[in-house]
Amino acid sequence: MGTRPPKVLLAGSLVTGVLVAIPLVYLVVRTSEAGWADVEPLLLRGRTLELAVNSLALAASVAAGCLLIGVPTAWLITRADLPWAPVWRVLAALPLAVPSYVAAYAWVATWPGLHGFVGSVLVLTLVSSPYVTIPVAAALRRADRDVEDVARTLGRSPWGAARSTVWPQIAPAAGAGALLAALYALSDFGAVAVMRFEAFTYGIQLAYRVGFDRTLAAVMALVLTVLALLVVLAERWFRGNAERRQPPAGTGAPASTRPLGRGTVPALTGLAAVAVLALGVPIVSLFVRLAEGTARGLEWGELYAAAVATLTVSSIGAVIAIMMALPVGLLAARYRGRGVAALESASYLGNALPGIVVGLSLVFFTVNVVPGLYQTSLALAFAYAVMFLPKAVGSVRASMAQVPPGLEDAARTLGRSPAQVWGAVTARIALPGVTAGALLVALTAMKELPATLLLRPTGMDTLATEMWSRTTVNAYGSAAPYAVTLMLVASVPAYLLSRPERRA
Amino acid sequence: MYLNRRAAALSAVAVATMSALGGCGADADEQTDNDNSDNSIVLYSGRDEELVGPIIDAFTQESGIEVEVRPGDTTELAAQLLEEGDSTQADVFLSQDAGALGALAEAGAFATLPDDVAGAVPAAFTSTDDTWVGVTGRARVFAYDPRDVEESELPETVQGFVDPRWSGEVAVAPTNASFQAFVTALRVSEGEDVAEEFLSGLVDNDVQIYESNGDILAAIEDGQVDVGLINHYYKYELAAEVGAENVITELKFAEPGTAGALVNVSGAGILAGAEGDEDAEELVRYLVSEEAQTAFAEQTFEYPLVEGVPGPEGLPELSELVGGDFDLARLESLDETTALIQSVGLV
Repeated sequence: MGTRPPKVLLAGSLVTGVLVAIPLVYLVVRTSEAGWADVEPLLLRGRTLELAVNSLALAASVAAGCLLIGVPTAWLITRADLPWAPVWRVLAALPLAVPSYVAAYAWVATWPGLHGFVGSVLVLTLVSSPYVTIPVAAALRRADRDVEDVARTLGRSPWGAARSTVWPQIAPAAGAGALLAALYALSDFGAVAVMRFEAFTYGIQLAYRVGFDRTLAAVMALVLTVLALLVVLAERWFRGNAERRQPPAGTGAPASTRPLGRGTVPALTGLAAVAVLALGVPIVSLFVRLAEGTARGLEWGELYAAAVATLTVSSIGAVIAIMMALPVGLLAARYRGRGVAALESASYLGNALPGIVVGLSLVFFTVNVVPGLYQTSLALAFAYAVMFLPKAVGSVRASMAQVPPGLEDAARTLGRSPAQVWGAVTARIALPGVTAGALLVALTAMKELPATLLLRPTGMDTLATEMWSRTTVNAYGSAAPYAVTLMLVASVPAYLLSRPERRA
Repeated sequence: MYLNRRAAALSAVAVATMSALGGCGADADEQTDNDNSDNSIVLYSGRDEELVGPIIDAFTQESGIEVEVRPGDTTELAAQLLEEGDSTQADVFLSQDAGALGALAEAGAFATLPDDVAGAVPAAFTSTDDTWVGVTGRARVFAYDPRDVEESELPETVQGFVDPRWSGEVAVAPTNASFQAFVTALRVSEGEDVAEEFLSGLVDNDVQIYESNGDILAAIEDGQVDVGLINHYYKYELAAEVGAENVITELKFAEPGTAGALVNVSGAGILAGAEGDEDAEELVRYLVSEEAQTAFAEQTFEYPLVEGVPGPEGLPELSELVGGDFDLARLESLDETTALIQSVGLV
């Protein structure tokens, strides 16, 4: 491992850094227009603190909830000898296909009394738990069983052996997943709006809505960015500690599954309960809406066009995100240092801002810098890339870390050029992980609404915007086919993500 | 339709409070060299595509002018137009409420409308500086659940809802522009003390907070709350979706002339960059034509603002709703209203 990263990598990372900084630059411009005298009273209100506490509590609870669901689920689907194992594996990933606002509407329709903090935590935890389950399951598949067996022969109980040997191996993955869940909870407006919980995003939306106050909205969004930074730094600190304790990668012996015995029934009950809550409730509620029917009728052509547009733009977004993530993820996996750490952390911030803020910042940017791209699919796809970059960076970093540098060196000593080494060794080993990152970005982009409304080409509709335009006029019945289609389309990448990586 | 001066005064409150006073408006000398007509315009529409779509289609058929509609949330489109500034592709903005129009007018985003368009509706329902024109009226109502409430039980004025009888059973959407316009009207008509007493009375009475009028209606349908303070047409939107026979909620109009019966307006303006664009003018002119006004009344159950066009069937006349005697000199901006709403803890 060299100490000085190649210039190409640094330059690429810098480009990414500049691009993801667009929303921040916009917020600073908007805020500085007002001047400190105007900003200070807005910033130092009791209300700001109240919303910040609400949002941080929400993010922490959702992250904790996702760990509580995700880690045991991951263990069960990788290590336990479960009946219908492939089914459980897919079911554990599918909640990613459920948009938070659809889940929230379903829960409120089913349990009308549910609202506020509890409702928001419940819904956001259920839809985000795969952020923890998927990477932890992957880590468990890679983890070394030998250490665990050694601990058992040394007299540790099964639980004690698992805690002292397995946890260190999966902790970095669990932390990274919990970070994504926490950032998602910070930036989400859909679920908290339905649940009537006064999170920070609610305050930002309110600023636009009441008095069209872009300065107040910008000030609040900057505060939200700081909150996100705290979360990112907390995770870095945790990951730093966890990686130091992480044992070296295993010999590659596939982990065998273990029979659960009397634990089978409780395990299956738990998995089934999570599946019912995360998937069953929204699906049943959608089909109830479908059965109620609609006076408007369904235009298949419109539905098809929206599905194609959704797939196209989210796929382009995923490709752009991966191109931006590659240099940053590679740097983060291979080189340490303040600059690298700062770049990686910065790439996470777009994910914490609500879509309306990122959307408006890109309206501002494209109109002023590249007017030719304004309200084109490309600009929208770029917005997706900026917002969901962390999902790509995390995957790229993790998969690059899997490539043993010794293997690259060996290839080089055999006379291969750096490019050949990259193609024959690095890319081949890292490809499955990188693909997973792209799938995750595409999946999230399909469900995105606020930035899509601002940036899509005039006349183009995605499944999410079609759904939105119907729910705003209480046409839930005619929105339901779009919600069902969105979940079906999104379940394809969710399914692909649930499959175990093939070993290179 | 004849509107008396009291009526004009109340609706003027609605218009003025929601637009937070029109401001300087667009600079007429900033005329861009638009080709006056190219048979194509872009409309940013803060109104639902399916409701407005048929009216726009009829316009295209009649005029031969293609309209590219960009639907969105009214406030978000307003924020977008402010960001876009002079570079906007939009020619016309159709807004759900007067507040967004007022904010854009104040930022100088609008061109001045031709006199015949600006003067098409009574002055009480439109801008003071001809930057935008009112298109439809939307009345505040008490929506209630007839399974739990008799119409006769409901109070005549909105202040009646602080009674313990309604504890935990009344829903409001305090972040909604039309709720805030109502609170402003209450402050101006009854005084700050009455408005504050009413709002804190609601809070003490365990008022239920929702995100939007539509959410409140859904909550009444689901039996979560008995009463909601919303705009009248939401019921008809729902009826269009699920069939009138499947809508449970009933409406009661507050005593005419009180703040609880306020009439808000939706409206349209031409963006500064499209100043002099005949196609854009043609579209806004069409929106206040008898044909479009009738279509709004029939299809969206909103109140036509052009005099002489019959109102929606089965609803009280607009002239019966509006009334009240306000001292217009005491009109204050929305800031005091939001401050009040915040200080009593509604948002």
